[in-house]
Amino acid sequence: MSVLSLILSSSLVLVSIFISYYQKLGVEKEVVIGTVRAVLQLTIVGYILHYIFSANNIFFTLAMVIVMIIVAGNNAAKRGRGIPYVFYYITISIAFGAAITLTALILFGSIHFRPQEVIPVSGMIIGNAMVSSGLTVSRLKDEMKNRRHEIETYLSLGANSRQASQKIIKTAIKTGMMPTIDSMKTLGIVQLPGMMTGLILGGVDPINAFKYQMMVTFMMTSTTAIACFSVALLSYTRFFTPNHQLI
Amino acid sequence: MKEIKFINVGFSDSDDVILEDITLEIYMGHIYTIIGPSGAGKSTLIKLINRLIDATEGKILIDGNDIKNYDIIQLRRKIGMVFQQPYLFEGTVEDNIKYGPMLKGKRDVDVEYYLKIVGLDKSYSKKKVDDLSGGEAQRISIARTLANEPEVLLLDEPTSALDPASTQVIEELVIDLKNKLNLTFIWITHNMEQAKRVGDYTIFINKGRLVEYGETRNFFLNPKFDVTKLFIDGKLTKEEAE
Repeated sequence: MSVLSLILSSSLVLVSIFISYYQKLGVEKEVVIGTVRAVLQLTIVGYILHYIFSANNIFFTLAMVIVMIIVAGNNAAKRGRGIPYVFYYITISIAFGAAITLTALILFGSIHFRPQEVIPVSGMIIGNAMVSSGLTVSRLKDEMKNRRHEIETYLSLGANSRQASQKIIKTAIKTGMMPTIDSMKTLGIVQLPGMMTGLILGGVDPINAFKYQMMVTFMMTSTTAIACFSVALLSYTRFFTPNHQLI
Repeated sequence: MKEIKFINVGFSDSDDVILEDITLEIYMGHIYTIIGPSGAGKSTLIKLINRLIDATEGKILIDGNDIKNYDIIQLRRKIGMVFQQPYLFEGTVEDNIKYGPMLKGKRDVDVEYYLKIVGLDKSYSKKKVDDLSGGEAQRISIARTLANEPEVLLLDEPTSALDPASTQVIEELVIDLKNKLNLTFIWITHNMEQAKRVGDYTIFINKGRLVEYGETRNFFLNPKFDVTKLFIDGKLTKEEAE
């Protein structure tokens, strides 16, 4: 794609600004800020990736993955505001999910430990884990607040905090995993996901593209499950005192 | 267990003082009713007994030992609690009654016995909890608490959401349980007539303080303070209660 065509395609943003203005949605400023941020972020990341790919250094690659995890953890933690240490719990959970999945993919020979492969794959799984773990803590927080009576009933019968919040933990984990499971169900029919689309646009044979997409789907499912499970189990403890009393 | 003693007990959350300087003795084998205006701190008081919350001031002793020295899970089994709106777990009546013993690792529970205690026949065992009436649900929640073999039951307005017939059933059941099993009940109620009918002793709380308590008949016949008399007569103004 030439730079000129890219500039011309940016005019499409004007459509959303026009709709916002015409319908008085009041999001023109947001659209402009979003566009500028997207352009700046992608340009900077493009150059950084260019450098890391050509350096082909294990530490640079890992550093990039760690930065992604921290940024994702910080963003998802906003959903769990009010839960002490939630940033750490989410970051650890995303890192845990990503580490297991990446190790498995490398061991299975699906990808190689090269920045060109590890970084884009990490980006996808970390992004997905960010959304799902954010949903998990948000739901956990709401349920703990709305189901106090139920929790106190369990506690009164001699349940410990884990037993008393078992159902809520399950609901929170399910909530986090649902979007990934739902998108799996319609994959290829309703949506041609980003990676597959990108590969096809880049001239890769659709059969090969779908193999990659399948791998992406599997890895997202595992990372999401691990991250949601881990963040729910770490965070629920913060709603109780060590004496199994609801805070 | 012989007695529960409150010594200058207080409870405050981050903003408010909910209970202040409560000194009280509860002896086993009786029904104690707690009365007082809404927001007086009655529910907070009973939650201190099974340590759903901890006192921020003073001490609660069970047979002379600080309540904090008891294993909290064991304590909650010995001091059961029944709420105004019973929350029954999804599934059957049997699942609910077996829950407490199951937590202790006990699988063999005589569900029929507990159903009988609360005046229900064994056919209820397999019923789904969604098919129960309000009165039946409350009786099941009492049966579920009894399956833990408690010595004390804390009742937080167990009949306030029930019709008069179901209320009468619960009142008779509690009196019966006290007499037959020598259980102790600490019962929050808004209903003065109910306090007179069921309570051996009555405790009056207002604005987080214990105003007076005593043997029920005497309490209602000769209240020591004007505020108690006003409350009994339903004439306590909002200002005097808040």
